[in-house]
Amino acid sequence: MSTEMQNEAEIFRGTTSGETRFKDHRSVRGTPRAGMPAFVLGEELAELAQTDPRIVVATADLASANRTNDFRDAHPERFFDFGIAEKNMITAAAGMAACGLVPYVATFASFAAILGAEQIKTDCAYPRQKVRIVGTHSGMSMGFYGSSHHSLEDIGMMRAIADLTVCCATDANHLRALLRISVDHPGAMYIRLGRGRDPQVYDAVPELAFGKARRLREGADLTIIATGSTVRASLDAAETLAAEGRSVRVVDMWSIAPLDRDEIAAAASETGAILTVEEGNITGGLGTAVAEVLVDLPRVPFLRHGVPDRFVEVGPPAALYANYRLDAPGLTAVAREFLG
Amino acid sequence: MTDRRNVSRAVLEDRAKFIRTETVRLSRIAGAGHYSSTFSCAEILATLYYRQMKIEPGRPNWEARDRFIMSKGHAAIGLYPVLADLGFFDPSDLDTYTRFGSNFGDHPDMKKVRGLDFSSGSLGHGLSVGLGMALAARVQKQEYRVYVMLGDGELSEGQIWEAAMSAGHHGTQNLVALVDRNGLCIDGHTEDINSIEPIHKRFAAFGWDVQRIDGHDLDALTAAFDALPDGRNGRPQAIICDTVKGRGVKRMEMSLDWHVGNLVGEDYDEVMAELEAGLKPYVPEPAE
Repeated sequence: MSTEMQNEAEIFRGTTSGETRFKDHRSVRGTPRAGMPAFVLGEELAELAQTDPRIVVATADLASANRTNDFRDAHPERFFDFGIAEKNMITAAAGMAACGLVPYVATFASFAAILGAEQIKTDCAYPRQKVRIVGTHSGMSMGFYGSSHHSLEDIGMMRAIADLTVCCATDANHLRALLRISVDHPGAMYIRLGRGRDPQVYDAVPELAFGKARRLREGADLTIIATGSTVRASLDAAETLAAEGRSVRVVDMWSIAPLDRDEIAAAASETGAILTVEEGNITGGLGTAVAEVLVDLPRVPFLRHGVPDRFVEVGPPAALYANYRLDAPGLTAVAREFLG
Repeated sequence: MTDRRNVSRAVLEDRAKFIRTETVRLSRIAGAGHYSSTFSCAEILATLYYRQMKIEPGRPNWEARDRFIMSKGHAAIGLYPVLADLGFFDPSDLDTYTRFGSNFGDHPDMKKVRGLDFSSGSLGHGLSVGLGMALAARVQKQEYRVYVMLGDGELSEGQIWEAAMSAGHHGTQNLVALVDRNGLCIDGHTEDINSIEPIHKRFAAFGWDVQRIDGHDLDALTAAFDALPDGRNGRPQAIICDTVKGRGVKRMEMSLDWHVGNLVGEDYDEVMAELEAGLKPYVPEPAE
């Protein structure tokens, strides 16, 4: 098995360590490979559930891939594996929420948000049920599994649903913070996660509030507004650009709906240009959301960067990120070209 | 766990009639209504709400109450009058039915109507909702039952069978599927459009206990509900109710023309008089 194949196999083992290849499928808690924090999804939910009896967790035959197995091990009576039946899982979670529980249901983003879109709309968002749909392995992070497993459309689709909170986890610490504030937030929520390898952005668990972006770096020439997996690369690109004399602000726009309009307006008035960056289709996604704010403001140079309204090739994720210039060197080049 | 009220057959007959006449009255306000799908489940609804379910209209959010999900949401027009009649809200509220801004639309909205346990409208979802509620009872150590009214045409939806398989797997004995087997979907007989028989064998194959009864026979309905086992854990329960779409109004019985319709003028008066006279034996039209 090639190194690349081993890495791909890890998707389903739910671990980033090749050493555990033939060991127990359960997570290696707290021992992520440096720079690649594995999911803390099940672990954090299990901790929250210690003091909150309303929290239940469900998955669709992906407990090891999304680490909800950590919750299963801690609270087996509050864990439900619905098998490969995502629609039933999402709607059943809505039924549970109607009885006062707070269900977190997790599966690959392509099947959570896209296959389950109507269930999310009709059974969760519209009746304002406190269901938290967690889409993992989002964007093109499933690499050579192909377009069925890529979720390039989930941000756009989910933000088009009224009464649905939509947010993207940036890294492990950010996810912990997000989960903590999600429990008591009213209504339904879609939480978009990467593959679990997303490089670290936050040194500690940050303070978060829905609708409030995090400004991670100050700058005057350009603001990069990024979300999820692209935040680290944006910071790295800003660092490179700083060495070239470009002053780049970086905003983690983790809360897609509600959106931080004030932060966008500040970027428009205080910095020379705005570049949005997302691991997904730029049609309907973060870039579109920002554009909807900018259209009401004085004009500012603006570029949406992501996947340009097409299905992507298969390949290892790193190769795809390089191809679509979503890694740090690619983003640096995009910003350079944009600023001229 | 049951708290069955001592309700006579005559009362249930009268309440089934009430469901039908209210459906006709409200449809005229809207200018259109799902008459025949509601008439087919009138006896089921009456038996469920006036005799079977453990509910307290004064406490619509009572945690230990039985739940009901009208998965065939287009029959909500028959459910609203029942909820009003039981005291969940003022019956005069129904006079706004489907008017601009009304709480009462063609499909039920739990945010707007007191006494509704869940919203519906998109077919195929209700059994999953019920499954989630049945599992919630297990987590919360409650003893309630969850009743889900399914249309027979609705059984074509794949999600129904996801839920049926899952309920069989999880052994949610407190989940009761009520199938209104009225024979017709919009485009024709279910067996001509997308055959669903043998329904009872299909549910049984998914791990359910199944009863199959005449869904207009109040004694059969009463007996079927009485036969449901108490307790949360075991096999989920299905009652396949063979019914007649449009039952109670001759011109509508097994007619494809009255899935949605509007009765006005003399037609309205004739149908109301026919309903007031009570159910006559159902005589199928001879085959052509």
